[in-house]
Amino acid sequence: MDLTLHVWRQKNSKDAGKMETIEAKGISENASFLEMLDTVNENLQKNGKEPIAFDHDCREGICGSCSLVINGEPHGPEYGTTSCQLHMRSFKSGQNIFIEPWRAKAFPVLKDLVVDRSAFDRIQQAGGFISVNTGSPQDANSIPVPKQDADKAFDAAVCIGCGACVAACKNASPMLFMSAKVSQLSLLPQGKPERERRVLAMVDQMKKEGFGNCTNQYECEAACPKEISVEHIARMNREYFRAALREETPKEGHGGE
Amino acid sequence: MKLCDRLFNSSVGAKMLMAVTGLMLTGFVLAHLSGNLLIFAGAEKFNAYAAGLKSLGALLWVARLGLLGAFVLHVYLAVKLTAENRSARPVKYAHEATIQASFASRYMIHTGLMMAAFIAFHLAHYTFRWTDPSFASLPEGDIYAMVIAGFSSPAVSGFYVLAMLALSFHLCHGVSSVFQTLGLYHGNLNPMTEKLGPIVATIVFVGFSSIPLAVLAGLVK
Ligand code: HEM
Ligand code: FES
Repeated sequence: MDLTLHVWRQKNSKDAGKMETIEAKGISENASFLEMLDTVNENLQKNGKEPIAFDHDCREGICGSCSLVINGEPHGPEYGTTSCQLHMRSFKSGQNIFIEPWRAKAFPVLKDLVVDRSAFDRIQQAGGFISVNTGSPQDANSIPVPKQDADKAFDAAVCIGCGACVAACKNASPMLFMSAKVSQLSLLPQGKPERERRVLAMVDQMKKEGFGNCTNQYECEAACPKEISVEHIARMNREYFRAALREETPKEGHGGE
Repeated sequence: MKLCDRLFNSSVGAKMLMAVTGLMLTGFVLAHLSGNLLIFAGAEKFNAYAAGLKSLGALLWVARLGLLGAFVLHVYLAVKLTAENRSARPVKYAHEATIQASFASRYMIHTGLMMAAFIAFHLAHYTFRWTDPSFASLPEGDIYAMVIAGFSSPAVSGFYVLAMLALSFHLCHGVSSVFQTLGLYHGNLNPMTEKLGPIVATIVFVGFSSIPLAVLAGLVK
């Protein structure tokens, strides 16, 4: 199949950047989207041109590296699919395809389609952790976890932190990502000691990073390659209100609450 | 107080204040609508209702100040949050796409600002009676006659109907959105809360628009 690509090209974080039109000819419809870009890059290099920079690693939908906005939709048109797992048969020969980086002030472009997502790491570091004692592990069944809670926590834990929710959101808000972390950790007994501190600190950090606010339009849920539900955002809102009501967040080592 | 700081200055807290003030305003809108529909019961009932409201005295002022506070907070936070949202994406997509966000949800600040403009006109029109000189010659306390005189102008009536369209779009997203913001998203509740916005929006649009349209059609005179 033959395609006309419109790709964001930007030399480095200082460069203004612009869209560039590139013809991609003779692409197999069995190729993945990233393999299509590999083919385009080989041709660009053969002609002495700079290849298109894009993030990728596992290429099997589990690492969260790939990050392309394809015709305005993060990870392209297939629901619940990462860019690396998207196949060219989802497109028609002769089609125009726009390929852009995640767009958010908090995710500055480093080069072409590669953005700096360390804002997510800082949100995670602000509260997305649990305290564990070192030493030998306790018996696996010594802490009972209700099945329902375990299931909900697992639904949230499938988040791969790719940032598609931010890219899709009209306000570049990371609420789906944050709520997945808050849900995963707060639903389980292991996450209870930091329950209040976690949500307060993460929501604070989100603002410091320059992300936008949620307006309940659910674009994130539609774009999420792991099909994470906005139900988690509601849970995070509840968690936030509960934590905000408690003037002092519990201190470590003082007998808990 | 930490709680105030967390509500006013955090993203999630500010949204909760928007939701609560939005609900207060929606409550007022529905109460106002049910009062206004008494116009179809005739001049006597309608004027008696208006006089009854006036006789509440201090209580009326408490309600008015409460509403004003909710309105000011709602608009202030709306403008602030929207400005933050715009600046969170300085470079737009060359190819914009919307996957599932509703039309109403994408124009909340626009329909909201239209409401602010409408409310200013509405107060000048029927509360302070600055805009229509013909109101001066009407008997004192005859609110019924004033409404009929006001809506006899197709331009004024048309403007009211348009404003109610904007309000109904605002509520279509807003009322359903409140549940998510306040953390009340729940599998069993959702089929109802998702419909509540469109239902309230329809009631508000049909209910309010019926008054100027009935006056223009000569059904209420
Ligand atoms: C009759 C007057 C109004 C009523 C009844 C009303 C009602 C509501 C409700 C119920 C919400 C949903 C709250 C939430 O879930 O976050 C809302 C949100 C909002 N309103 Fe209003 N509002 C009114 C006036 C205004 C005005 C004058 C403005 C603008 C200056 C405005 C701007 C907004 C914005 C930007 C949102 C947030 C939308 C979102 O988060 O999706 N509203 N309003
Ligand atoms: S490359 Fe790992 S998820 Fe796509």
